[in-house]
Amino acid sequence: MSDGESTLKAPYFPHGSTIVDAALRRQEGDHGVGARGRKIDGAEKALGRTRFADDYAFPGMLCCKLKRSTRPHARIVRVDVEPALAIPGVHAVITGRELPTKFGIIPWTQDETALAVDKVRYVGEPVAAVAAIDEETANAAVRALRVEYQDLTPVLDVDTAKRTGDAPESKVNEHAKQGNVTKRVELSFGPVDDNIEACRKDGAVVEDSFFYCGTTHAPIEPHCAIGLVEGGPGAQGLLTVISSTQVPHYLHRDLAHVLGLPEAQVRVIQPPVGGAFGGKSEPFTLEFVVAKLAMMTGRPVKCLYTREEVFLAHRGRHPMRMRFTTAADRQGQLKAVKSVIDLDGGAYASFGMITAYYAGQILTGPVAMESYAFDATRYYTNKPACGPKRGHGSVQPRFAFECHLDMLAEQLGMDPIELRRRNFAGENVTLVNGQRLGSSGLLQCLDAVERASRWRERRGKLGANASERGTKRRGLGVASSMYISGTNYPIYPNEMPQSGVQVKLDRSGRVTMFSGASDIGQGSDTVLMTIACEELGVRPEHVRVVSSDTDLTPVDLGAYSSRVTLMMGHAALEACRRLREQVQEAVARAWQCEPDDVLLGHGKVWARHDTQQSISSAEAFKLAEARFGTLGATGGYRTHPRGGDYRGGTIGASPAYSSTAHVAEVEVDTETGKIDVVKVWVAHDCGTAINPVLVEGQIEGSTYMGAAEVFLENMLYGADAVGVPAASAARRGGMLVGPSLLDYRIPTTLDTPAIFASVIERPDGNGPYGAKEAGEGPLHSTIPAVVNAVYDAVGVRYFELPLSPARVLAGLRQQRDGAQPTTHKAAE
Amino acid sequence: MTAPDSGPTATKRTRLVRLLVNGATHDVAVAEHHTLLEVLRYQLQLTGTKQGCDKGDCGACTVLVADADNRRAPVLSCLTLAVDVEGKEITTIEGLATKGKLDPVQDAFDRCGALQCGFCQSGMMLSARALLDENPRPTLPQIQQALSGNLCRCTGYTKILEATLLAATRPAAAGEQPPKEPA
Ligand code: FES
Ligand code: FES
Repeated sequence: MSDGESTLKAPYFPHGSTIVDAALRRQEGDHGVGARGRKIDGAEKALGRTRFADDYAFPGMLCCKLKRSTRPHARIVRVDVEPALAIPGVHAVITGRELPTKFGIIPWTQDETALAVDKVRYVGEPVAAVAAIDEETANAAVRALRVEYQDLTPVLDVDTAKRTGDAPESKVNEHAKQGNVTKRVELSFGPVDDNIEACRKDGAVVEDSFFYCGTTHAPIEPHCAIGLVEGGPGAQGLLTVISSTQVPHYLHRDLAHVLGLPEAQVRVIQPPVGGAFGGKSEPFTLEFVVAKLAMMTGRPVKCLYTREEVFLAHRGRHPMRMRFTTAADRQGQLKAVKSVIDLDGGAYASFGMITAYYAGQILTGPVAMESYAFDATRYYTNKPACGPKRGHGSVQPRFAFECHLDMLAEQLGMDPIELRRRNFAGENVTLVNGQRLGSSGLLQCLDAVERASRWRERRGKLGANASERGTKRRGLGVASSMYISGTNYPIYPNEMPQSGVQVKLDRSGRVTMFSGASDIGQGSDTVLMTIACEELGVRPEHVRVVSSDTDLTPVDLGAYSSRVTLMMGHAALEACRRLREQVQEAVARAWQCEPDDVLLGHGKVWARHDTQQSISSAEAFKLAEARFGTLGATGGYRTHPRGGDYRGGTIGASPAYSSTAHVAEVEVDTETGKIDVVKVWVAHDCGTAINPVLVEGQIEGSTYMGAAEVFLENMLYGADAVGVPAASAARRGGMLVGPSLLDYRIPTTLDTPAIFASVIERPDGNGPYGAKEAGEGPLHSTIPAVVNAVYDAVGVRYFELPLSPARVLAGLRQQRDGAQPTTHKAAE
Repeated sequence: MTAPDSGPTATKRTRLVRLLVNGATHDVAVAEHHTLLEVLRYQLQLTGTKQGCDKGDCGACTVLVADADNRRAPVLSCLTLAVDVEGKEITTIEGLATKGKLDPVQDAFDRCGALQCGFCQSGMMLSARALLDENPRPTLPQIQQALSGNLCRCTGYTKILEATLLAATRPAAAGEQPPKEPA
């Protein structure tokens, strides 16, 4: 990993420093916090040796396939499993009746089962599972299964969900206390209506309906799980599930719960995951059925989702219809923001209760408002359940709000960047909804993108040389956002640490870190390694990370809510520091100096006053092992109650918040309606960059994904698709259109904008070394920045996503016909 | 419900095929309907080649197949029947590093931080290698074109493009494909 001695300048002692001088180490070959080091698993991945879930095979392993519903909403009258069981090579068939226990990621909304019991709620819902000798036989068995349905009223959109009451034929999920509502959240802070009235008289008010379409994660690795029983037959053995999950701990709990086993009899192993983005952050059907089938057959059972099944598993971004009212006074002070939001949730709650909160709670900074109210309702519909996709719940309202800021700036004759600066919340402040914002680099982020994009010279002027570009028009747009670095409250209430790390070192000089955190490609294993290098002064190649195996590693709640670096980082730091103190003490004793005068770095241990005096890490660890016995330490991170003092006030409360700003440059072809996102400048404040290369990777990946949601991606069902003849529309009700990577287009190298990422560092006292999140925040403001740029280019405001060519052309046509005003007046 | 123990069912028509993978010869009994991807992953245990869609949309399964002139071109192994590549030289990610040394493409991908989850990257690096074999000094648009069949969901491609440019500045490892003049 380290490029070795040649780059070694004056010895640099990581742990002696505080957070900020990390810049000294930003060179290849250095290591520790702030170094642009390689990933711990980089070479392994480059060689193609990393073993993902589907790369495991076991003797006698059976293949599992699922029978899926063809109806959006129907009672299951009968499942005939006999014809399937009669096929030679079929070992077992199960239906929902065999796994009837309900589960759900949020303890208050346990509303789903591994396989449909008694009724199906969306086209593609798993109804039965088979285990057979090979894939061909399993597929044949699935075909042979007969399911008899009795259709119920399909509820395919929010309007229908609202209309239909509690009648059983149109109630999607019995868990709903009222109609088809999963959760309604209504919160208000300050005199919103009075402020809006005042701004109507003197200031500016904008009021519009926005629509954000549904999108999905589309990780390149399909979900895969293997069930194994060892040490005893059936329910007496130890059940192991190997799964491509982001949440091994929750999976562990839910497997025990659904299968009726003690938790101590279940082991979950999460191999490296091939991308997740929130799409693998709760238990899925395949994990339960491979476990059950393995217990029944006594053989290992593997289930690998097809790409179509990955789309059906979904849990992606909720479609949201949002009515926003945003008001500023004449000076551009933001006085009030009010929203009414409908979320189209699909058939199960998933994280939806939290999504409804996040739709409101994460909007109150870093651009702050004086008063704020939101009213968000999530509805059940007969479609695959929506859940958390990168930037959970807060991406959609951020789009609406940041477009409104652009419109207000225009009405007030202000530069939109200036408007945001003027309304910056500040640092170490309490936001209007009671969330505590620590550090925020919003101003630095805005400065960075303003400078890099040459905003002042270019904005509003790119249309000027229109003649050169024929029918194409260019424009620039800006937006900003913030995001949480984990949440103060764990998903299920408990007093235990959210993340634990165990560190072992010994006379060999090697350090092994045991952590329950899930590396899903973001590099959490590398963060652990970096912290070991920083604290114990060892070389990167002498660190091993053992992660996410519930038998071997302490609990970590999982890779979601951008919590890992902050929480796991704290735990690792604590464990490493304990060991460092032991090493320092043992060496100090041998050298007869003070422990503080013993420095650890560059694979050696040095005397502070005489850098000629040094021994290798291994020698130092020997001294420590001789003095203290076997060396090991644990660390844990616990959160403290935080957030607003009202019901729901803790949801969205985070130890630290990141800030982001984007400027996008787009080119709109006014003839074809095609949008080309040419360039995006993005600056993201991640507190302290533990590894800036990884931070840039997160910023770039988020920005790419955000840009795609503007012009490309859309979860379409049934009759929504273009060109579906009316006659077959009804038959296709609730059917996902084109569940493939050809029909659901994600950007290739040719569709992806050039992305210029800057890392801004405003360390936060609540983060390890000051670090905050980087994995989700930089997605949010991409979307409004692009939409605002489209306005700069062609003078049309678009309120609905995605900006497909048809929608873009329709807007341009309306503009020509004078139907759409190019600037919005305050609503009367 | 469990069925009594029983043997395999659907009669698969298999054929003995000689596959040349990464310089090694394998005589394998392959089902005629099995793809090269299935045979590589599940029969030869060469699991470095990934399956992201199994239908030609994602590029994760890309391997290199040499033609009669020994030019290696990227091929989607999920759309290629194993029986159709009999006797052709196949390179998978496991064969990219030679003599214990990473190919410059692999090293550059690691160095630039292009490998996030890595699931797309076997295919991506092989596509990049094929490009550099053909055109050792590609321009950025040429790289974008050459990699446009390989979807990556993690990186936003930025560091992948950077890595390919970096790899272009380094010669392929000794014993690798002879550099060709750009067409
Ligand atoms: S697996 Fe996706 S193209 Fe072959
Ligand atoms: S690195 Fe994850 S898909 Fe490309």
